[in-house]
Amino acid sequence: MTHPPKSSAAPPAGPVGVPGVPAQAGRPPGVAPAVPAPRRTAFAEGVERLRTAATTEPGRLRIIGAVLALLVVAFGAVTAWQTGERSAAADDVLHRSQPLSSGAAGIYRSLADANTAASSGFLAGGQENAGSRDRYEKDIRTAAAGLVTAAANADPGSASEATIARLNRLLPEYKGLIERARTYNRQGYPVGGAYLRYANEKMQKQMLPAAETLYTTENRRLDTDYGQARPYPWAAIALGLFALAALGWAQRRMYRRTNRVLNHGLAGASAATAVALLWLVVGHAVARSGLDGSYDHGVRSLSVLHDARIASLKARGNENLSLVARGAETVTVDGKPYDAYYYDFDKDIAVLGKGLTAAARLADDQGGTAPVEAAQGNMAVWKQRHAAARAEDENGNYQQALDKVIGAKGATGECFDSVDRNLAQAIDHEQSEFRQAATDGRDAMTGLPVGVAVLAVLGAAGAVAGIGRRLSEYR
Amino acid sequence: MYADRARASLRGWGGVAAMAVLCALALAFVLLLPRTQQQAPDRAGQRVTTGTQADADGCADADAHQRTLAPSGADGPTIDAIKARTGAKRKLIVGVDQNSYRWGYRNPNTEGAELEGFDIDLVHRIAEDILGDPDAVQFKAIPTSQRIPAIQDGRVDMVVRTMTITCDRLRQVAFSAPYFKTGQQVLAPKSSPITGYDDSLAHKKVCTAAGSTAYAKLDADRKQGRPAASADISTTVPNQLDCLVRLQLGEVDAVVTDGALAASQAAQDPTVELKGKAFTTEYYGVAMKKDATDLVRRVNRVLVDYRAHGWQTSYDTWLSATLGKDAAASKPPVPRYLAGS
Repeated sequence: MTHPPKSSAAPPAGPVGVPGVPAQAGRPPGVAPAVPAPRRTAFAEGVERLRTAATTEPGRLRIIGAVLALLVVAFGAVTAWQTGERSAAADDVLHRSQPLSSGAAGIYRSLADANTAASSGFLAGGQENAGSRDRYEKDIRTAAAGLVTAAANADPGSASEATIARLNRLLPEYKGLIERARTYNRQGYPVGGAYLRYANEKMQKQMLPAAETLYTTENRRLDTDYGQARPYPWAAIALGLFALAALGWAQRRMYRRTNRVLNHGLAGASAATAVALLWLVVGHAVARSGLDGSYDHGVRSLSVLHDARIASLKARGNENLSLVARGAETVTVDGKPYDAYYYDFDKDIAVLGKGLTAAARLADDQGGTAPVEAAQGNMAVWKQRHAAARAEDENGNYQQALDKVIGAKGATGECFDSVDRNLAQAIDHEQSEFRQAATDGRDAMTGLPVGVAVLAVLGAAGAVAGIGRRLSEYR
Repeated sequence: MYADRARASLRGWGGVAAMAVLCALALAFVLLLPRTQQQAPDRAGQRVTTGTQADADGCADADAHQRTLAPSGADGPTIDAIKARTGAKRKLIVGVDQNSYRWGYRNPNTEGAELEGFDIDLVHRIAEDILGDPDAVQFKAIPTSQRIPAIQDGRVDMVVRTMTITCDRLRQVAFSAPYFKTGQQVLAPKSSPITGYDDSLAHKKVCTAAGSTAYAKLDADRKQGRPAASADISTTVPNQLDCLVRLQLGEVDAVVTDGALAASQAAQDPTVELKGKAFTTEYYGVAMKKDATDLVRRVNRVLVDYRAHGWQTSYDTWLSATLGKDAAASKPPVPRYLAGS
């Protein structure tokens, strides 16, 4: 006890001076009150009272009772606070940050896919077919819906909010450029292609980087929520152990003085505290293991799968653009010039390959492994077909290269679609695994804050009752 | 006595209660602390533009088109290397444009991915002469600023892409004899107060293609305060057609490019028009590697023949609609070659 009990008794009679402040000079003479004996501070008074109380057994008992009750209540309060905080963070993981992280990946995917669909339509020449138009429109709708969800969940003034606002501004701009490109294409003017390039530049240089930033930010929030949900509530555990020890000590003291083995109140208080402590430790351990599971089997897989999906989209985009640009862009690596888009394609496919290998390693059941392995198979075929298409292009057989990339049968487009479909399936599976594990984890903490608080109140009441029973023997 | 004791005990428990209230308050405060977030800085890319220098080693731009080698049908090392290509690779690799309406472009409404236009016709004619097959061509689309590097790096055998013969370029690549005559012109919306290459361009944003003669001319003139020192020429794009996009989006006020290409732009948008007369005279030539003398002579021989048979047909097919029925203003001059070549 560092603080004295606050006095609720009537104030002492006489003029009330300001304690601890010496009488000020310069007061008009004559009005000066009769100075009483200097009044001590409330603290000093309290300490004095405590010291007096400690000299008698009832006083000591009262102090012990107060300390015990306070310890148990403090244990309950700290537990309620710490577990409440963890439970809220676990809930955020499940219902807020993880869905938002997946949503951000979805926005990126839709935007990149819309751009690829638009450039495929241009590559095909003539008027784009219904399939590629539907795909483009669906992607734009998905991206717009994703942005609304993300905006509704963004904290005001946060970095995410700024990024979402930017994307919301750019999306109609992009769409406007694509519509102009379509109109001019219909009229047979090459300025349609120029609009498409401009739209593509806006997508590649502004929108996709912004979407990537959003994804990174949401992932960071997910990590933060995990970080807040997982740590052991050490303060609560320590306080619980301390309260238990104090209760034990009080009972031992009472036994020594009265030879009575059992004080019902104190025993009840100990039991309530022990149960609360056990609940806290076990409940949190279960919750933690559920959350760890959701991270290891869900979030890690999901992150790898999302990255792989984005890599496959980038690869497809670059494959298309190499044919749109027709060798216009080159990069020089180690003194050798390469087609910029083919060079990037090779990098993207390598990332995809690594991602799929990692995803296969992380997948822990048939439902997760099967689609990843299927995607690996699709990717192998894609690489073969791409090599053939590139050989045609490098030999100047542009039309044949085009057929091998966006053609109806046996084109690399089929492989990309299969990879994308399988990755979508794998993502669905891991998403449900995540939801299962994270729900289990969060549910393990359900009722914990309230339950422990109630137990603590009961425990404190028990301690007070137990001490009160002993006190009554002095009356 | 009993009452005193009760009061004292009450006083004690009152302190405990006050403590509990304090604890609860502190808890509430901690729990309600707002969370803060960090903001990641955005990084914007920067575009670097380069100017061109204009100096003479006895070369004047006005007769730069006469500094080419006399025609000859003889094979040399460059042509031998092209002919030595086998199988699917036995093709002439030519840098072209796929965005210049009626010069080199892909019509989105024709089946297949064939490029077509005035430049493309000439390419087929050269391929036929060298390899015996007009379709033995591998087209590479090249941005304006990449034409010279593509030749120097050997990525293409030649560039046939509305490329003006200038002294500056002659120092880096070799040109054939001219195959077309044009001049820089201003393109702006019909409603625009801009009247041509004059002080009506003051405080206007002018778009050019990076690495084009239009940009070089504007840059050089502006250093001397012509036609208006306040004109903003900082907008450069990979292809002259991208300027039309910027013009339509209102990002620039005018476009400066070759009259032949400006007419192609105007043909795609009825609300813009050419403003004023052409303010330069330029000749398009086929660009090749500086040391490919045999190829230059061969192309020049093709051009002699092409001017007599083919040029007018190609003009009528592609350009008469945009440049007018009368081809006189576009006809290249009678070729002259370097003395003693």
